[in-house]
Amino acid sequence: MNPLDDLYQQVILDHAKRPRNHGPLAVPPAVHSSGVNPSCGDEIEVWAEFSPDDRLSRIHFAGQGCAISQAAASVMTARCTGLSREDARARIAEFSEILTGTSEPDLFALGEVAAFAGVRRFPQRVKCAMLAWRALEKLLAP
Amino acid sequence: MAIPPAAPFPEPNWDAVRSSFPLLVSGAAESPELLYFDSAASSQKPEPVLSALDNFYRHDNANVHRGLYALSARATDAFENARATVASFFGAASPRDVVFTSGTTAAINLVAHSWGRANLKPGDRILLTELEHHSNLVPWQLLAAQTGAQLVFVPVLGPCGTLDESALDDLLTPGVKLFAFTHISNSLGTINPAAAWCARARSLGITTLVDGAQSAGHIPVNLSSLGCDFYAFSGHKMCGPTAIGALIARPGLLDAMPPFLGGGEMIESVSFLQSSWREAPWRFEAGTPPIAQAIGLAAACRYLDSIGLDHIAARDAALTAALKSSLASIPGLRIVGPPHERGSLVSFVMDQAHPHDLVTFAGEKGLCLRGGHHCTQPLMRKLGLPGTVRASLYFYNSFDEINAATRILADAGRYFA
Repeated sequence: MNPLDDLYQQVILDHAKRPRNHGPLAVPPAVHSSGVNPSCGDEIEVWAEFSPDDRLSRIHFAGQGCAISQAAASVMTARCTGLSREDARARIAEFSEILTGTSEPDLFALGEVAAFAGVRRFPQRVKCAMLAWRALEKLLAP
Repeated sequence: MAIPPAAPFPEPNWDAVRSSFPLLVSGAAESPELLYFDSAASSQKPEPVLSALDNFYRHDNANVHRGLYALSARATDAFENARATVASFFGAASPRDVVFTSGTTAAINLVAHSWGRANLKPGDRILLTELEHHSNLVPWQLLAAQTGAQLVFVPVLGPCGTLDESALDDLLTPGVKLFAFTHISNSLGTINPAAAWCARARSLGITTLVDGAQSAGHIPVNLSSLGCDFYAFSGHKMCGPTAIGALIARPGLLDAMPPFLGGGEMIESVSFLQSSWREAPWRFEAGTPPIAQAIGLAAACRYLDSIGLDHIAARDAALTAALKSSLASIPGLRIVGPPHERGSLVSFVMDQAHPHDLVTFAGEKGLCLRGGHHCTQPLMRKLGLPGTVRASLYFYNSFDEINAATRILADAGRYFA
């Protein structure tokens, strides 16, 4: 696959055009955080609700940005819903590894987030992909 | 039959001009072919500038002003001759009005720290425009916080990017101590009527600063007719090296200003508790200056003069007009900025794709563009844009390149549709 098609895989373009879990949640019960990418000015907002057993029961996002940042946010809401704080942190580290690591991602274990390995060829775009994930990370502090 | 007099500057052969830029020559042989459309960020460098740098380091390299030996004298002469060349290129009254800085940003900060702290008091107003690059905004925010001065802005009129001249009548009042504005907007290409504004400000006793980052080397700039008090520019955007630029001041202004950076080179006499300063411009050049870069900048001035600034401006304008009409044919592409006269750049957005996605796509095809807020975040927010894509040209670009770039952007539009 050429590097462009690898970066803009169908699953990424699909999430960018039809973002899942998009739009604000009421605060409270949700908590809210935001992230800014100073190099492009893109801003993203993330809302999360925790269940009584302290799991992420709902995650939503809003904001505007490039296809990579929007798709990464949309995928994140699906990838992290239902997780404990600790498991969510592990998923964030796993996503960062997909973007910057050197070993081939395990497509079977990772599912659609593996599509983001195409970002490796474009180091300037790593911040775009991490924007929402870093905003979620801020909400995980106990 | 009378023979018409030969034009003093015949129009150059632009292909031959382009061939004196080694990076463009080798880039044309790459696959994909390099299409450099980011000269508003930094220009490419011609052979005469590269050889001036090389020649200085090989044959004349020593520190300036202090060495009592022939090599240092030679370096000092070359450095001070560079100052004279820059002064004459911009029509400054004297080389003594030229302070070498690392670029436009440092030049503006010099004015803010030195002139600003000495002249502003609480309640004074600093008039800027909504078009300004962060480098002609943030230094004044810092100064306002330190002095109690207030910032006021000439508003921009919608996405055409021209400024509201009628508001200027109300804003340009004697309570304003400084009017600092961009000559040509780096973000939208708007050309401001700098000479007229400087004349109006001067009649009210208001000091003016023109940010010349996008005008230097692109259009003829003669400071005696421009009439500003301060002009700031960067060498690397006008075929010169990086890390060199200058602040050029109206005669006498620099001598009345206190030092900004302290250190060697800028002093007359130093004791443990106090010092006295050299005269301007050396008072503002603490430490070893960018010697080779200044010499490279002078080579860039001579190079541009050998082509002729009138020819360069006309070539810039012809290329930009062609780019603008070519881009306008792409479905979903919307050009932002002034409808008519503009600097040599075109800013645009595309319905189908965010600027960063377009720039990444173009980059993979060899086309170098810039996407984002172009260091004008407040302007983008006011225009309701997430940023734009900017294609910026210089005289060394070609019409063939414009056609190739248009094809790539049309492909991008289909890719993200």
